[in-house]
Amino acid sequence: MTAWDFTAVVWILSFAAGFLGALTGLGGGVIVIPALTLALGVNMKYAIGASLVSVIATSSGAAAAYVREGFSNIRIGMFLEIATTLGAILGAVLAGRIGTHALAIIFGLVLIQAAIQSFKGAPGGERPVESDALASRLRFGGAYPVDGNSQEYGVRNVPAGFGLMFGAGTLSGLLGIGSGAVKVIAMDRAMHIPFKVSTTTSNFMIGVTAAASAGIYLSRGFIDPRVAMPVMLGVLAGALLGAKVLVHAPVRTLRAVFAIVILALAIEMIVNGITGRV
Amino acid sequence: MNDRRLENIIGRLLQTGVLLAAAIVLAGGAFYLIQHHSDRTDYRAFVPGSQDLRTLRGIVRSAAHFHSEGLIQIGLLLLIATPVARVAMAMVGFALERDRLYTVVSLIVLLILAFSLVRAT
Repeated sequence: MTAWDFTAVVWILSFAAGFLGALTGLGGGVIVIPALTLALGVNMKYAIGASLVSVIATSSGAAAAYVREGFSNIRIGMFLEIATTLGAILGAVLAGRIGTHALAIIFGLVLIQAAIQSFKGAPGGERPVESDALASRLRFGGAYPVDGNSQEYGVRNVPAGFGLMFGAGTLSGLLGIGSGAVKVIAMDRAMHIPFKVSTTTSNFMIGVTAAASAGIYLSRGFIDPRVAMPVMLGVLAGALLGAKVLVHAPVRTLRAVFAIVILALAIEMIVNGITGRV
Repeated sequence: MNDRRLENIIGRLLQTGVLLAAAIVLAGGAFYLIQHHSDRTDYRAFVPGSQDLRTLRGIVRSAAHFHSEGLIQIGLLLLIATPVARVAMAMVGFALERDRLYTVVSLIVLLILAFSLVRAT
C-alpha cells in the first residue's frame, strides 16, 4: 500500500469510528484499534499510540459543548483524576513491557466488557440526595438541570470510586483507549452519581488521563506521525459530526448494533492474539 | 469567578487548542503526502523510530527544519498540552475562588502530569 492509499483508508476508517463512538458513547478508540490491526495489519503498538492521541482530541474537542449543558462536575473530575493519571502512568509503563499478543488479548477482554455494558444501557438505582461524610468534606454534591429545574444530588463511596478510577486509568494507559465505560461504572454504580453527570464528567477526565500516558507513549515510539495523523484527524472530524446528529439518532438501536460489532471484533482480537497473528 | 464561568473558559480553551493542533497536524500531513505519497508503507513490525520524533528537543528541531513528520508531532504535542493547560487553568480558577482544597488537588494532578511528561521526554 502506498502512503497516499494508507492515509486515505485510515482517515475514512477513523472517521467512521469517531462518528459511531460519539453516537454510542463508547468512544472511537475501541473501534479504531481493531480496524487498524485486523484490517490493515498495523502493529498493535502504533495502533494504541494513534488511538491515545485521538482520545485526547475528542475529549478536549467535545468539552466546550458538554460544559454548556451544565452537567459535568469539575470537583469530582479533578479529584478522581489523581487516581486516573497515576493509573495511566502505570498502564503506559506496562504497555512497553507486555508483548503485542498479550495486549491484543487484554484488549479483546475489555471490548467484551464494554459490549455487555452497552447492552445494559443506563441503569437506574438508588440516587441519594445526601452525600456521605467523606464526599461532603470534599464538597462533591451538586445540582444538574432536569426539565428546566435544578436537581440536587449526593455522592457516596469515594474510596471505591477512587480505586476503580485507578483501574480505569491503568487500562487507558495500557491500551490507548479513553476507558470511559469503566469511568462511568466508577461514578454511576459505585459513587451513585447521576448517569448524565457521570458520562459528561468522564468525558472531561478522559483527556487528562490520556495526557498522563502520552509522554511515555511518545518516548517509546508508539506515536508514529504517519499513522497518528490520519487517525487523529479522522476520529476528531467523525466525533464532532457524531455529537451534532446525536440528538436525532435512534441511540438504543445503534447501541445494540454497535455492541454486536464490538463483540465480533473482540473475539477476532483474542483469536488473533492467541494464534500470534496480531 | 464562579464554577460555571470557570468551566466555560476551560471548555473554550480546550476547543481552541484542539483546533489549532488539528490545523498543524493537517498542514504537516499535507507536506508529508506531497513528499511521500508513493512510498510503500508497512507497519506490521514495531520499530521505535528515530529520536527526532520521540523527544521534545528532537521534535522541535525536526519541525524547525520543516520536516513534515516533525510538524505533525508538534501538532500532536500541542494536543497533548491542551488537557494539561486545562488542569493549570482550573488550578488558577480555584485559587481565585479561594478554594484551598481544590487548588491543592489541581496542583497534585498537574505535578503528576508534569512528572510523566518530563520524565518521559
